[in-house]
Amino acid sequence: MSIDMSQFHQVFFEECFEGLEAMESGLLTLDMGDIDSEIINTIFRGAHSIKGGSGTFGFTVVAEYTHIMETLLDEMRDGRRQVTQPAVDVLLGSVDCLREMLTAIQNEQDVNNASVAKHKTALEVVLNGGAVAEESAPPVEQESISEEVVANIVPDMPEEEPVEAQEQGWKIAFCPYLDLLKTGNDPVRLFRELNELGDLTTVANIQDVPGFYEIDPEECNISWDLKVVGDISADEIREIFNWVEGDCEMEVQPLAKAAKPAPAVKEIDPEPAAITPTNPAPKPAEVKAKVTTETKKSDTQDSENEAAKTTAKASSIRVDTDKIDTLINMVGEVVITQSMLGLVGENFSMDKVGQLKRGLAQLERHTRDLQQSVMNIRMLPISFVFSRFPRLVHDISSKLDKKIVLKLVGENTEVDKAVVELINDPLVHLIRNSLDHGIEMPADRVAAGKPETGTIELRAYHRGGHIVIEIIDDGRGLNKDKLLAKAIEKGLIEENNLLTEKQIFELIFMPGFSTAEQLTDISGRGVGMDVVRRNIQSLGGNIEIISELGKGTTIAIHLPLTLAILDGQSVAVGDETYIVPLVSIIESINITERMLNKVAGKGETFRLRNEYLPVIRMRNIFNVHSGNPTKSKEGVLVVVEGQGEMCCLLVDELLGQQQVVIKSLEANYRRVEGVSGATILGDGSVALILDVPGLVRFSIR
Amino acid sequence: MTTDVQSNNSRVEQFLTFQLAGEAYGVEILKVQEIRGWETVRVIPNTPAFVKGVLNLRGSVVPIIDLRERFSLEHCEYSPKTVVIVLCVEHGASQFVMGIVADAVSDVLDINLEDIKKSPNFGSKIDTRYMRGMHVYKKKMIMLLDVDKLLNPDEVEGIESLV
Repeated sequence: MSIDMSQFHQVFFEECFEGLEAMESGLLTLDMGDIDSEIINTIFRGAHSIKGGSGTFGFTVVAEYTHIMETLLDEMRDGRRQVTQPAVDVLLGSVDCLREMLTAIQNEQDVNNASVAKHKTALEVVLNGGAVAEESAPPVEQESISEEVVANIVPDMPEEEPVEAQEQGWKIAFCPYLDLLKTGNDPVRLFRELNELGDLTTVANIQDVPGFYEIDPEECNISWDLKVVGDISADEIREIFNWVEGDCEMEVQPLAKAAKPAPAVKEIDPEPAAITPTNPAPKPAEVKAKVTTETKKSDTQDSENEAAKTTAKASSIRVDTDKIDTLINMVGEVVITQSMLGLVGENFSMDKVGQLKRGLAQLERHTRDLQQSVMNIRMLPISFVFSRFPRLVHDISSKLDKKIVLKLVGENTEVDKAVVELINDPLVHLIRNSLDHGIEMPADRVAAGKPETGTIELRAYHRGGHIVIEIIDDGRGLNKDKLLAKAIEKGLIEENNLLTEKQIFELIFMPGFSTAEQLTDISGRGVGMDVVRRNIQSLGGNIEIISELGKGTTIAIHLPLTLAILDGQSVAVGDETYIVPLVSIIESINITERMLNKVAGKGETFRLRNEYLPVIRMRNIFNVHSGNPTKSKEGVLVVVEGQGEMCCLLVDELLGQQQVVIKSLEANYRRVEGVSGATILGDGSVALILDVPGLVRFSIR
Repeated sequence: MTTDVQSNNSRVEQFLTFQLAGEAYGVEILKVQEIRGWETVRVIPNTPAFVKGVLNLRGSVVPIIDLRERFSLEHCEYSPKTVVIVLCVEHGASQFVMGIVADAVSDVLDINLEDIKKSPNFGSKIDTRYMRGMHVYKKKMIMLLDVDKLLNPDEVEGIESLV
């Protein structure tokens, strides 16, 4: 009967991390002056679903911790508590702490209790306005108290495994009003009755118990989470609680709540509990949280969807149902076309050729549509990556005492999932660089006549078949002279080398290059930029830098939209066939040998509209010996662009355009210079896909 | 990889033997994925001569290596008897699929591991790193190759490519 809960753990963790990210971004967007209640709601929902989930899966440490956060957030939401920067910082810290806890649990390690306790204390201090000392004292002790209480109330209670959702039974949140005891009701009696119905587990929430000196022995400050296991009807439960109906808030849910929408027995007194002036905070929050549990369920769903948009490294994809529906429709079409073709083929005669051709054309269209919609499923908005940067900027800028605003533009730009996963680390690195080296200290900025607050803009947009991600800062810019001097000092270039501006900027991608005068823990070790470039190149993209001294730096990353399929132009060189990605082709020109100019007897250039472009003879650089060499006297020049530079590839012939599926050469071999991958042609043979930026780089050298 | 077939605890491995310029070679059969006839491959530019090119093997791109050229044996024209042995090579944690060209496949032998003799020391001139050992079968020497070392993608390193 019991189902292995661990199979749901992965989903739970994913949801938790999504929730945490939603909370984090919410906290960061909170504006102290003008609180947007919707943002607080979002944060609250995040905390709430984590609490719910961790409770279900038996991660009580997490549930307890989130509960405190939730209490605090709830007060903020109701406007009963001022949202202050310190409180937000503590909440941010708690988000980190939760993340640590969840990661530890996920990896089946022990939760770092010391750090949890520290954050818990900080939270409680904020919650109690820093007044109640005893309560915020060691939380570990609290834990033991709560266990004691449980033991006292139900002495002969059997040891229970953590909640199993598939068990039959009921989960009851029982939260009596302060004066429950005065009405002559004893919760212990209720529990005994419950225990007769089935196996009862009780967990007492004692965080509302005031400090020892403030305690009123006639008040009931404890609330309980009860769990009864057994085949019990809702009426039986209701009967037991009949007597206390007006004196408490309670909610009854079947244990297997995931399976069916709980026909919850809800008894809520419309008036919130009386608030004692000495201890105003936690009690109503607790109550409120319980009340909202049910109504918030649907909202939680929404927030999860929202959160789905913001995850960074999800190993599964959540796909819009619309996308799936389109896909299913398309598969249907393909099946119909296929059966139609089958019919044509069954009794084939020449007069059916027209029908066959029509069918094939239809099949082609459907296949293309199908392929596009499948690709579409892999597309995720770039906000999956961007969403974590506000936090990064927030943390680092406060560490560096700089004032920096991060602007995100084009977060909804969709990119391939693989790109999303791999682009994150390079981006983190580049943003750290901008924060540390790019933006100046506020005083320097004012002295330079710039606004005190620096701006980093993270922008994503589509251009052609590429997605462009730009990191724009208005900082000090790159100092060309300094870069040159450093490169010469490190022996990376010769002293007399003449470099273009672009080439100088490219120096920072050299391994071991750092101009930072001082190493910080943020950046400056001179490892990284080369790795950044390598990562981006391995994605088939490239990176370029535009910088103006004193004005700022723009780093633009160009990436292919998808890593799986590209539109290609097949070209012939001798007997070999190569694929040139269509996006990089500017034009193709029929030429004769005389149209090429020799430079210094070696390199060749071609004059295209008053611009001299270097010519790469594919036959030479790929050492192709097959075919008729005289043919190369009259060839086709394919003008290509890569990394902002143009060059011409001299090939024998243009063959045709087609979509090609990219296969990795590295999977079974290794990276080959000038080749970005391979594909399989219609006749089953292999063709190599040219790495245009790599060839261009080669031609410039 | 090893199976205890006999009761006397001796370990036996199966080897696929093949012919190369009149000599017999052997590879562990568990490394062999399939054997196919020679077909034209696509040349990869700027790779050493022994890398013949790549082949489409049901959707994955597989490099093909000519062992004659790898071992600097005399070259011969490919005939209908020429075969490609597709091997699954482990290197570190990753697996690679590569093919080797051989003149002909001969036999599958059960070889007791104790009967594998250490490869002789030929001095520094001849590299025996890729050899697992020698085995004598019907008075003929069979050179057993260690494919993981032989077909290590780093060992298949080309000339300094384009740069």
